[in-house]
Amino acid sequence: MASLETSSSAPKAPYSYPDKRGRYGAFGGRYVPETLMYPLEELEQAYVSACADPAFVARMDELRRDYIGRATPLYFARRLTEHLGGAKVYLKREDLCHTGAHKINNALGQVLLAERMNKKRIVAETGAGQHGVATATASALCGLECEVYMGTEDMARQSLNVFRMRLLGAKVTGVESGTKTLKDAINEAMRDWVTNVGDTHYVLGTVEGPHPYPVICRDFQSVIGKEMRAQLLEKENRSPDLLIACVGGGSNSAGLFFEFIEDDVRMIGVEAGGLGPETGKHAARFAGGVEGMLHGAMSYVLQDENGQIMGTHSVSAGLDYPSIGPEHAFWKQSGRVEYSYANDDEALDAFQLLSHLEGIIPALESAHAIAHACKVVPEMDKDQIVVVNLSGRGDKDVDQAARFILGDKGAGA
Amino acid sequence: MNRITARMQELAARDETAFIPYITAGDPTLALSGEILLELERAGADVIEYGIPFSDPVADGIVIQEASQRALKHNVSLHDVVGQIRELRTKTKIPILLFSYFNPVLAYGIETFAQDCADVGADGVLCVDLPPEEAEDYKRIMVDAGIATVFLASPTTRTERMGLIARFSEGFLYYVSRAGVTGVRDQVETSVKGMVEEVKRHSDIPVAVGFGIAKPEQAEEVARYADGVVVGSAIVDCVGTNGESPELIERVGAFVRPLVEATKRAKAEVAS
Ligand SMILES: Cc1ncc(COP(=O)(O)O)c(C=O)c1O
Repeated sequence: MASLETSSSAPKAPYSYPDKRGRYGAFGGRYVPETLMYPLEELEQAYVSACADPAFVARMDELRRDYIGRATPLYFARRLTEHLGGAKVYLKREDLCHTGAHKINNALGQVLLAERMNKKRIVAETGAGQHGVATATASALCGLECEVYMGTEDMARQSLNVFRMRLLGAKVTGVESGTKTLKDAINEAMRDWVTNVGDTHYVLGTVEGPHPYPVICRDFQSVIGKEMRAQLLEKENRSPDLLIACVGGGSNSAGLFFEFIEDDVRMIGVEAGGLGPETGKHAARFAGGVEGMLHGAMSYVLQDENGQIMGTHSVSAGLDYPSIGPEHAFWKQSGRVEYSYANDDEALDAFQLLSHLEGIIPALESAHAIAHACKVVPEMDKDQIVVVNLSGRGDKDVDQAARFILGDKGAGA
Repeated sequence: MNRITARMQELAARDETAFIPYITAGDPTLALSGEILLELERAGADVIEYGIPFSDPVADGIVIQEASQRALKHNVSLHDVVGQIRELRTKTKIPILLFSYFNPVLAYGIETFAQDCADVGADGVLCVDLPPEEAEDYKRIMVDAGIATVFLASPTTRTERMGLIARFSEGFLYYVSRAGVTGVRDQVETSVKGMVEEVKRHSDIPVAVGFGIAKPEQAEEVARYADGVVVGSAIVDCVGTNGESPELIERVGAFVRPLVEATKRAKAEVAS
């Protein structure tokens, strides 16, 4: 499938996933109720035609630059590097995107697609609220009506983002069913979409869901890795040795990794270990999940022996999801990408460490990637280079983190 | 011949519309949903859609979501339901169509599931989130085991795909009468008749219509042109509100009888 690429360097061995049916090896596909089959085909066609339309590509480039604020910096974290005493650590600063996370790269692209398909209304799900804020923002920019579904448990832990979405003109609808988190918000957004398919586009916030969502989201996010390659060449005149990113559904990681998928670069995706996979309270799909199907794609799923989806736990709402993007399942199975996890307390430590050492408060999601960097970087040589994706900023998490760090006294103490 | 296919053919020969009620297995308990199934047969149902509870029922509205939740509170699984059908088969021959999301079937193992269905006497399977494009292996396995597969068409289905859906369907094809999730609606959309005729241009498979049908008038209207009428949420709602009542079974029967009568009356009236 065509992708929204601006330039490509040396000729590469072809990595040709997904195939025509949206498959990444055994994973992916389009497992949806019949009513959604046509809207998905329509979306696929709109996407292919948009990619081939210079006007669309130019508009996207312009808004990336002038609205999102791209290219985001590639920042050499000198004090973190000294502290860890191993490889040089660079941070790709997606936290500096407009709205504070990488989510806007995909949300803006998809809202422009919706506009192109003459859809009048946008629905989205959100976990941490970052994708909801990004979609509300892009909808405001294009003058489209926007409704965001959010689990009531997430609304409580990300209340600042709930207010931001409302300020941006979106309707935020609390979801009380199931675990009241991201998976239930996706259920509800899909129910809305299936009911209002005629005039509504569903902006899915990660590389999950039925084809073509995973590939659309990956392509819109792959600007991260492309910029980073050029930036590192300029600064160090070389490629990185290791890439690290946190993995919720898997969009910021796919955005960083995809550019290097055929290169000799090591990659690690970091899942949410919660209280530790052995406790059952976690969201590490590769440390406890099995092959299964949730929300339209074959992938790895945390489920019981009867195929019922299990509740998950993570201190970070954005990683608290029982499945993972199908392309990650493929990368895991083929061994191309390594996956690990960081527990809640390790992420909270990394959250504070980066704040102290670099003056950068990371999102709790991104703190999982930092936490893993703290484990592997000290083992590496000083002339090696690690790039960590700082997928978002932590302002949204300050209240939540304070509760954990200071105990129940919270931020006011 | 598969019991669902046989029943649909018998009815067609008599120019009679099938009445196909849906209930959720395990709601309010597995034993009681089994009793309800038998009562539905006594009330005149032709095929029973027996729903497998799932934690994330994206195609269902609130009524069936809540029924699923009630069933999952006591951990009713696909294995339990298959086991129950073995027992029910000592009491009834009514065609049973298991209505499930795909993941519980995957977790069971498609081949084992198909074989177990054949062993216990479950006649057909419908997976709501499995379109024919993803169902090649599944279809082959089900055919080999003699299990009928029902697939869905809906108002957004393009003509190009009708043939495929009809080809993959056995027993009947389920036409979803409106875009959306399951749930009771006041009216049946007027376009449904034309859509059913459209399906019939592609295949002679019987077409059952469902989603939103709740009242005898609606059932009768649809039954004039469809080969089957499916009523789900309205019955599940009746089960939900009477779940604690000692008269649950009788009340469900009393609720369903007028729907059956209306369905059966439709073609007789047209003919006379
Ligand atoms: C800042 C941030 N990073 C990461 C994620 C996880 O999503 P993904 O794995 O799709 O990047 C989220 C999701 O909400 C997020 O807000």
